[in-house]
Amino acid sequence: MSSQLHNQSLIHKSDSAKAEALKLESPESNLLRAEVKKLSFSYGSKRVLNQVSMKIHSNKITAMIGPSGCGKTTLLRCFNRMHDLYSQVTYQGEILIYPEAKNILSKEIDPMEVRMRIGMVFQKPNPFPKSIYENVAFGLRVRGIRKKSYLEDRVEQSLQQAGLWTEVKDRLNSSATSLSGGQQQRVCIARALATQPEMLLLDEPTSALDPISTGNIEELIGELKKDVTIVLVTHNLHQAARCSDYTAFMYIGDLIEFGASGDLFTTPKDSRTENYITGRFG
Amino acid sequence: MSPHLKNIQLRQKQDMIFCYIGLLVLLFSFLTLITLIWDLAVTGVPRINILFFTNFPSRFAEQAGILSAWVGTLCVMITTAVFAIPLGIAAGIYLEEYAPKNFLTQMIEINISNLAGIPSITFGLMALGIFVYEFGFGRSILTAGLTLGLLVLPIIIVATRESIRTIPNSIREASFALGASRWQTIWNHVLPYSSGGILTGVIISLSRAIGETAPLITIGALTFIAFLPTSPIQPDFPFLSFQWLKDPFTVMPIQMFNWLSRPQADFHVNAAATGIVLLVMTLLMNGMAIYIRYRFRKKFNW
Ligand SMILES: Nc1ncnc2c1ncn2[C@@H]1O[C@H](COP(=O)(O)OP(=O)(O)OP(=O)(O)O)[C@@H](O)[C@H]1O
Ligand SMILES: [Mg+2]
Repeated sequence: MSSQLHNQSLIHKSDSAKAEALKLESPESNLLRAEVKKLSFSYGSKRVLNQVSMKIHSNKITAMIGPSGCGKTTLLRCFNRMHDLYSQVTYQGEILIYPEAKNILSKEIDPMEVRMRIGMVFQKPNPFPKSIYENVAFGLRVRGIRKKSYLEDRVEQSLQQAGLWTEVKDRLNSSATSLSGGQQQRVCIARALATQPEMLLLDEPTSALDPISTGNIEELIGELKKDVTIVLVTHNLHQAARCSDYTAFMYIGDLIEFGASGDLFTTPKDSRTENYITGRFG
Repeated sequence: MSPHLKNIQLRQKQDMIFCYIGLLVLLFSFLTLITLIWDLAVTGVPRINILFFTNFPSRFAEQAGILSAWVGTLCVMITTAVFAIPLGIAAGIYLEEYAPKNFLTQMIEINISNLAGIPSITFGLMALGIFVYEFGFGRSILTAGLTLGLLVLPIIIVATRESIRTIPNSIREASFALGASRWQTIWNHVLPYSSGGILTGVIISLSRAIGETAPLITIGALTFIAFLPTSPIQPDFPFLSFQWLKDPFTVMPIQMFNWLSRPQADFHVNAAATGIVLLVMTLLMNGMAIYIRYRFRKKFNW
C-alpha cells in the first residue's frame, strides 16, 4: 500500500518534467552529445558492465538510477577515463562524442583532453587540503590561466552557482577540509564548474546535502542545461523524475531501460524497472 | 555484589602487571642512555670552548681542536645531501606514481628495502673499488659524499614512498578529473601534502650519515688533517671552485676515533667533547624532523 502511494507521488511529480520534455521535442534540441556503444567493463576478472549502450542528448539531463553496486559510478567514470589511472581494469566498446563522433575511449585520444572537456563531481566529497579559493581555481591554473582578476571572477561565479558564496566569501583563504560535508560537496561542484566544461558528470552530488541545498543544486542543474550536457547519478528517484530529461535504469551491470524520464517513470516497459521505481526492490 | 567483580579485579591486575613491566623496561633503556650522555658530558663539556672549534688537531691535547673535522663533516654532508636528496625523492616519486606495478618494480621495491639494512662497511668497500680506484675520485670529499649518499639513498626512497602512499587516491582523481597532467598532480598535490614525511625522512637519513665512520675509514679518510679544503670562493675568475671536492678530509667521528685510540687520557677528554658536539647536532636534526612533521600534520589534515 505504501509503495503504491510512493509510486503515485512519483508520477505526479514527474508530470511537469514530462511536459517539459515533450515541449522541447523539436529536432534540433535533440542533438546527440555522446553515445555509449556496447561498453563492457571489468575490475580484474569481475565483470561490472555488460554491453551497455545509451545515448546522451545535448543540453539535456540524463539520470542514471539503479540499486547500489549496479555499476553507475563505473559507467560514469568511463566518460572521463578515470579508470585509466588503474592498471587492473579492462574495458571494450566505445563512447562517441558528438559532433566530432570521436571515440573518447580510443587509445589515440589523450585522457587529459577528455578530462578538460568533461568535468566530474565525485560521489564522496574530495576537496584538496588547500584553501577554498585554490580548490576552485585549480582547474583554471592547470590550463595555464594566471590572470588574477579573471581567476577571482571565475571563483566567485562558480561558488555562487554552487550556492556557497554567501557562506564562504569571507573565508576564501581558509582550508576547504575544515568545511562541513555538504559544504565540501558544493566546493567540489564549484571546482568542476569553474572550467566551464561542455559535459558534466555528477555522481550523487546531493547525497550529503539538506533539502534546501539540494533544491538549489537541482535548480542550478536546470539552469546549466543551457550550456552543458549533464549526466546525473542519483539514488533519489524524486530527483531523477524532477530534474532529468532522460533516465537510464541499470541493474547488475546491465542497462535495463532507457527513455524519456516522463515515460520511464509513468509507464516503465520492463517489470524490473517498475519494481524498482515502485520500491519493490533495491 | 556484582557477579563480575572477581573477573574485573583479575583483569585489572593483569593490566597493572603489564604496566609495571613496561615501565621497568623503559626506565632501564632510558637510564642506560642517560648514563651514557652524562658520562660523556661530565668528561667532555668542560673541554668545549671557542678554541676547540677553531683549532686544528695537534700533538698537544690542550691545543687540539676539531676545525678540520667539523668543516670536513659539513662538506661531506653537503655533498651527500646534494647527491642523495634529489635522487632519492625522484626515485620514490617514480616508483610510486609512474612505475607500473609489475614483477620488476616489485623486485626493485624489495631490494631497496633490503639495501637499507646492509652493513655500512660494505658500502665503504664498494666505494673503494668504484669511486676511488675505478673512477679515480681519490680519498676525497666527493668519494665520501657519494658513499654516504648511496648509504642513505634507500632510507630517503622508502620515506618518500611511505609518505606519498598516505595521500588518498581520491585527491589524485580530483586533480586528474580537472584535466591536470601527472606532473601537475604531483607538483601541486602529491608533493606538497607528503613533504612533511619526506623532509622528516631526509633529516633522519642525514643524521644517520653524520655519525657514520666505518665506510669512510674504508675509503681511506685521513685521521690527522691540519689544513682545510680549498675554499669554494676564489679571488680570481671564475671565482667559484670545486677543488674542495677533490681534497682529502676527516670527519668528526673519525677524529673522535683517532683521539680515543691514543694512550694519553687528555686526548680521551677531547674525544668526549667531540662526541658531545656530534650528539647535540644529531639531536638538533631529529628535533627539527619532529617539528617539521608536526607543522605539516597541522597544515594538511583530511
Ligand atoms: N575498484 C574496484 N575494484 C573492484 N570492484 C569494484 C571496484 N569499484 C567498484 N567495484 C564493484 O563494481 C560494482 C559496481 O560498482 P559501482 O561503484 O559502479 O556501483 P554504483 O552503482 O555506483 O553503486 P552505488 O550506488 O552504491 O554508488 C560493484 O559490485 C562493486 O563492488
Ligand atoms: Mg556509485
